[in-house]
Amino acid sequence: MLFFSFFKTLIDHEVTVELKNDIQIRGTLKSVDQYLNIKLDDIHVVEEIKYPHLSSVKNVFIRGSVVRYVHLPAAAVDVPLLEDATRREAANQAGKGK
Amino acid sequence: MEHLSIHDPPPPQPGGGPHPGGPQGPPPPPQAQQLPPQMFTTAAQLLDLTDKKLLLVLRDGRKLIGILRSWDQFANLVLQSTVERVFATVSNPKDPHPKGLYADQLHGIFLVRGENVLLLGEIDLDKDDDPPFGYEKAEFAVVKKLADEQKAAEKSKETRRIKKLATLGFEGENMGEILL
Repeated sequence: MLFFSFFKTLIDHEVTVELKNDIQIRGTLKSVDQYLNIKLDDIHVVEEIKYPHLSSVKNVFIRGSVVRYVHLPAAAVDVPLLEDATRREAANQAGKGK
Repeated sequence: MEHLSIHDPPPPQPGGGPHPGGPQGPPPPPQAQQLPPQMFTTAAQLLDLTDKKLLLVLRDGRKLIGILRSWDQFANLVLQSTVERVFATVSNPKDPHPKGLYADQLHGIFLVRGENVLLLGEIDLDKDDDPPFGYEKAEFAVVKKLADEQKAAEKSKETRRIKKLATLGFEGENMGEILL
């Protein structure tokens, strides 16, 4: 659930979502849920001419399972905090496994 | 969709059943809500899109345009007045910019199983009447034929690429199936 919480901190930031079919969609992150389904507002497609079907679409709901990458704004990520949190989560998981 | 809301009384407990405020003691404490957790997020997103004109991209690359009328917790969707839109490009050796074509085919009511949905987007009705930038409308049969040819070419290219990568020990994330 860590990355779910992490994505929630990025709400209202501009992100680029790259899908497994190579489409890159840039927009404002509006919502994310437990499956990491993503909702973006005011979208535009990075290679518009290659992917014309989204030209009249203003917001999208993307199924989490088709996302390859989410390009994040560097300024919005507290890297030391995230590192710390991931280690703590990993330690918790290891503790539960015993 | 079940009409659950935060104000609904919780379902009756198996066994005992609710005590009708008898003299047995204080009323039972309020129970935790029985809504599944995804109701608050996935379903809430779909609720916003209900009765709107949507573009749906399926896992096999098909693009459907229709009005979302109903859905459930698995994101199975019911679309009304569904139109399938196909795109193709025509390359001309004289022109460096390939010309784009698109066409629509009316299907009617569609029930789409949730697992096949790649993304869904709300269509901006102000922009809906303009053709996509760089594309013009053409005969469905023509565009469909072109699109099928392009898809087949792309697929054989991808298959060769994956085969070559496999000999080098790589495994692709969508082996065999390409999504467009």
